[in-house]
Amino acid sequence: MKRERQIPITDHRSPITRANSTDEFAPGASEWPAGLSRREFLRLSSATLALAGLGACTKQPLEKIVPYVEQPEVVIPGKPLRFATATQYDGFGQGLLVTGYEGRPTKIEGNPTHPASLGATSVWAQADVLDLYDPDRAQTVTTGGGIKTLDDFWNALNLALESVKPAAGATLRILTEAISSPTLLAQLADVMQKFPAARWCIWDPLNRDNLNANEWLCDFSKAKVVVALESDFLYAHPYALRYARDFSNARRIIDAEGARMSRFYAAEPTPTITGSNADHRIAVAARDILPLAQAIATRAGLTELDGLKPSSSSDGKIHHPWQDWIEAVVRDLKANRGASVIITGETQPLEVHALVSQINTKLGNNGVTISPVPPLALPANRIGFRELVDEMRGGAVELLIVLGGNPRYDAAADFDFAAAFEKVKLRVHHSVYFNETSRHSHWHIPALHFLESWSDTRAFDGSVSIAQPLIEPMYAGTSAHEVLEALTGQSPRTSYEIVHTRWQTENPVPDFEAKWRRALSDGIVRELAAPSFPNHGESPALAASASLPAERERTEMQGSKLELLFRPDVSVRDGRYANNGWLQELPRQFSKLVWDNAALISPQLAKREELENGDIVDVTFRDRTIQAPVWIQPGQAENSVTMPLGYGREVAGRVGRNVGFNAYALRTADAFWFGDGLTIRKNGARHSFVGTQQHHDVHGPRGILHDGTFEEFVSNPHFAQEKENHPSIDETLYNPTEYPYKGYKWGMVVDLNVCIGCHACTIACQAENNIPVVGKQQVAMHREMHWIRVDTYYSGAADDPEFTHQPVPCMHCENAPCELVCPVGATVHDDEGLNLQVYNRCVGTRYCSNNCPYKVRRFNFLEYNNGLSPTEKLVKNPDVTVRSRGVMEKCTYCIQRINAARITAELEKRTIGDGDIVPACAQVCPVEAIVFGNMNDTRSRVAHLKRSPLNYWMLGELNTRPRTTYFAKLRNRSSDL
Amino acid sequence: MSAPNQSPLTSHESPSYSPLGYPTNLLAPGQTYETVNKTIAEIPLSRAPMSWRFGFFVAFLLLMMFLVAITWLFAKGVGIWGVNIPVAWGFAIVNFVWWVGIAHAGTFISAILLLLFQHWRTAINRFTEAMTLFAVACAGSMPLLHLGRPWVFYWLFPYPDTMGVWPQFRSPLVWDVFAVGTYFTISLLCVVSLDFSVAIVPGWHSTIFPPYFVAGAIYSGFAMSLNIVIPVRKIYHLEHLITERYLNNMANIMLATGLIVAYGYFIEAFMAFYSGDIFERYMMMNRAFGPYGWVFWTLMVFNVLVPQTLWSARIRRNTVALFIVALFINAGMWIERFVIVVTSLTRDFTPSAWHMYSPTKWDWMTLFGSVGLFLTLQFLFIRLVPMISISETRELVAEPDKATIK
Repeated sequence: MKRERQIPITDHRSPITRANSTDEFAPGASEWPAGLSRREFLRLSSATLALAGLGACTKQPLEKIVPYVEQPEVVIPGKPLRFATATQYDGFGQGLLVTGYEGRPTKIEGNPTHPASLGATSVWAQADVLDLYDPDRAQTVTTGGGIKTLDDFWNALNLALESVKPAAGATLRILTEAISSPTLLAQLADVMQKFPAARWCIWDPLNRDNLNANEWLCDFSKAKVVVALESDFLYAHPYALRYARDFSNARRIIDAEGARMSRFYAAEPTPTITGSNADHRIAVAARDILPLAQAIATRAGLTELDGLKPSSSSDGKIHHPWQDWIEAVVRDLKANRGASVIITGETQPLEVHALVSQINTKLGNNGVTISPVPPLALPANRIGFRELVDEMRGGAVELLIVLGGNPRYDAAADFDFAAAFEKVKLRVHHSVYFNETSRHSHWHIPALHFLESWSDTRAFDGSVSIAQPLIEPMYAGTSAHEVLEALTGQSPRTSYEIVHTRWQTENPVPDFEAKWRRALSDGIVRELAAPSFPNHGESPALAASASLPAERERTEMQGSKLELLFRPDVSVRDGRYANNGWLQELPRQFSKLVWDNAALISPQLAKREELENGDIVDVTFRDRTIQAPVWIQPGQAENSVTMPLGYGREVAGRVGRNVGFNAYALRTADAFWFGDGLTIRKNGARHSFVGTQQHHDVHGPRGILHDGTFEEFVSNPHFAQEKENHPSIDETLYNPTEYPYKGYKWGMVVDLNVCIGCHACTIACQAENNIPVVGKQQVAMHREMHWIRVDTYYSGAADDPEFTHQPVPCMHCENAPCELVCPVGATVHDDEGLNLQVYNRCVGTRYCSNNCPYKVRRFNFLEYNNGLSPTEKLVKNPDVTVRSRGVMEKCTYCIQRINAARITAELEKRTIGDGDIVPACAQVCPVEAIVFGNMNDTRSRVAHLKRSPLNYWMLGELNTRPRTTYFAKLRNRSSDL
Repeated sequence: MSAPNQSPLTSHESPSYSPLGYPTNLLAPGQTYETVNKTIAEIPLSRAPMSWRFGFFVAFLLLMMFLVAITWLFAKGVGIWGVNIPVAWGFAIVNFVWWVGIAHAGTFISAILLLLFQHWRTAINRFTEAMTLFAVACAGSMPLLHLGRPWVFYWLFPYPDTMGVWPQFRSPLVWDVFAVGTYFTISLLCVVSLDFSVAIVPGWHSTIFPPYFVAGAIYSGFAMSLNIVIPVRKIYHLEHLITERYLNNMANIMLATGLIVAYGYFIEAFMAFYSGDIFERYMMMNRAFGPYGWVFWTLMVFNVLVPQTLWSARIRRNTVALFIVALFINAGMWIERFVIVVTSLTRDFTPSAWHMYSPTKWDWMTLFGSVGLFLTLQFLFIRLVPMISISETRELVAEPDKATIK
């Protein structure tokens, strides 16, 4: 590793030293036990001899193993190390802690010190580690299908640069994804300086251009009233993890005393995680958000003086179906001046953002609950994407370097990027995967995964992190830093040198190295200035960046015309995660579909058009037609049809190729997020969808979910527990106190009241516990393997339902029905109350699963771990058994983490403290809805939560006495609705 | 009635009937020691008739199919079947319970009828005992095939493991091991039924199962006996040894056990509502009107309606009609196990986990393959062994009053 040393986090839990332990070895291992007789000695030696002979019977693997010749500092074989690093999503940084075993990263967690993470991660961060080991990643430099070396490419690039140099780079264009890396931007500025006539452009199919200067940093923890006008700020937002935490903290209720809860109103056209958590949600077409915002603005006291254009539907006189909702919103907003947040999403046009900013200002929220986001300076000479494509089409571009992204797949259809792309003389694509754009480029350069390369990144709130690699590059790739370095014609340097030098130059302080190390260890830069550059550019005019038409067509509210919505997929985003099996198999949040996207339609539309789930329709929009299967989504706005982007990939890996349909084929610049003028026609064909949950109705008072209103809770805190019917503990033939659990008594609480239903727990568990991906066919046979699933139940009318999410792991019942039916005792209870599954003993009768009322057990019906490529094996957690065919498995409360904490505690001669054990699901949870701990420790968080009046047993009537309990879901209703 | 030395094979006098229409004779008139000897012993000693050869060929093909299904199963795992979560038990368990039930008739005939001094077991007891053995072979294979890891099946046995690990004696599956190992006890089906009763699954957790499973077992066992006896009797011209009286009595037993089974269905439905338990009530509604409702109503027709024809003495004496009714009952009993095992599991406590079950071609191959195994063994038995006990039949010849209803 030479100079470029990674710095592990300075965490007392990381490398364990035996300094505190007086005995180096286990008793008896280092010296003779006292009183060893001659007879005993002979007996032992003969047994040793016999066993040595037996050892010859075992076939030893033939591979040569090489021990560390020099033991690297801090590396103890078998002990994981955790490093702070960072990556970016949609151009915004996210701090991470990555666990690695002997230089092999296996698990990504959030960095608790990073403001955009607070220790949580998104589903994508969890899945990133699988991408690292994906055998379908681009592995070599290729040109025209042939394999080349990186040096070949550098030579070719230099030649090309020679030819663009005379005209100061007038024919050179650089196309990047959304980037925020200070070093990369500074490098880009250097390139622009060296080639003054060159231009660069950002293309991101999920861009936030609509926000323009209206990007705000909200503080939901201070907000008493939150109004979201089509914003998925809890899930698909660069600051979502932080927002979710703040939002949930304003709604978290444990005790009746001092209970407070913010009220949340949401209006959105298609159900999102955010909308599903609203106290009052209305399904409104995306085009109707503007009139809705106008109505709120007028009633909130914004007059024309504030610059509000009068609108036919906003004069407050016309009655429309959301009159009551608007009235209630406005009343609450007015009553909570300076303590509310109105937020709208990137899918809404600039005028909505401007209006929302005005309302916030009017309500006195500025500087209290919202503050401006520090602007990100970008280098000069940036052009809009439309402009770039026009230039390409005109033949003005000779050398195009595409850094990341996949514009040939995800550019707006009316740009005809493909044809324009072909006109460029030399096309270079640099990306982690070989994708549609790569196929049509002259050169494809494999990019390094963020876990393989040094970089830096900037989060939504402006905080900067340095990204350090966890592993040597697996393939012959290079980083974007090195590509830009080559463009400036400097002698090639490694990413580390580039990043480190930039930072050092920027911070000529004597103790730079110490501060650098601290920044690396913390995962966030506090004491250093990020690399900067002088030539800041103005951002190009909005109209050129493809998002906003000059004049927007206005329709009456509740028009009957259909509206098409383009939305990032909740799993594969813009398509970049298409080849990630974990994400493909992660149930989509409401439909619970896997391995597919679907055109989401409302129940009313389905009735009108006589459509059923899986019917394929011809969707015609702006003279383009594609075929898409429909899925009826309760809570969808009546006339809105949602097209999730990111599917129908033609050049992806084995996992992502030809999954779903490509909605980009319909997306045009004037209807970037939504647009009218859509027709759908049933064409008679059918598509078979596969989902993990088919029943979204709790079917009566089954004791699965308990919910109520905040008012109900205040007047009777025990309302949920009163609905319960627990058999008395002594209603048994056995001694009820036979197993008193005197030591640790593990338990878990899942707070349904704050759970937002993001599914991060499901995928975190998959990553931690080596849970295999089984594929669409196996899921169709109901054999998904997730140890913790998130159930979503609808209540109320199908066209306007309320949503409740319920994560369901193993309940670790004290009276576990699974245990007594296993004929071989493969599932047993331990003295700490864990319901254990002994894989080695399991013969696979599957009786335990039948008898599990929660159906949390998963069975290896086939050998799901066969056929893994050597790299895919690397992602497996070495502390968790990889299960073979024919055995049952289920949530273990992350027993490997319990035991790791136990070992540490024993070495340090103490008991396991509260918070020493954090199961993967609890660790990833952005809202801290899952809490695990020792119920016998009265001061532990879990014990405190278990005493809450909201705490209840799922299916408690069955007398399973589950250790995993739930908090009843509360809704803070407005008294006016 | 007829003297032992009278000549025999030609005499097909019409049998005599009691006033209620019951055939009174266990033995056709005119049987002697020699005729009995000759009729029974000649079958294995002479060339097999074409019908036997054809039947054996078909059965053997089915058996080969069974072997293919098993081989693939062992190679790939139980995932080739349609089992899933929540329906972790599928055809293998349905088949198991069904075959165990069929095996029961032999036990009943050889044990209970003997204890009750019923002589109408004479001509059929060897059949049914053989049938029992073969059905037990089929039944016994099923739990083994069902296991996720069949190569460690012996872990269910209480053998002295060096690590001191024993089976879990609280599990009904371990009770099954003992019960199958000692299948002669009448309680086998009771024990098997406990696999379901002990579980908490709505539709399984029911105290009526042990008696009702035994009744069902005898029901299907007699149906299967009739399905074998009727063609064999016809092909090998054994009508004078296996007289109508046997068929009539077997039909009566079927009618009686069928009514017990019908009562079981009724009580199950009644208790589901009487209990007031939301899960039980939903289970019953789902069973009758859910997605598998058609299976339930098929069961009602096969197992409750069709057997009511047996009230008629004409049906009982009509071998073709009786054969068909018995077929319905056999199919019905299989469907009953399907309803209990599968329908209950598809929708239990947690609606989010509800899923349908659909068998794959391997499931069907295993079911019909096991029928192939059963029939192959049955054909070999008919071919190689005197299928009726000669000495016991001669006892009836010697003591004619045992063979007649007074």
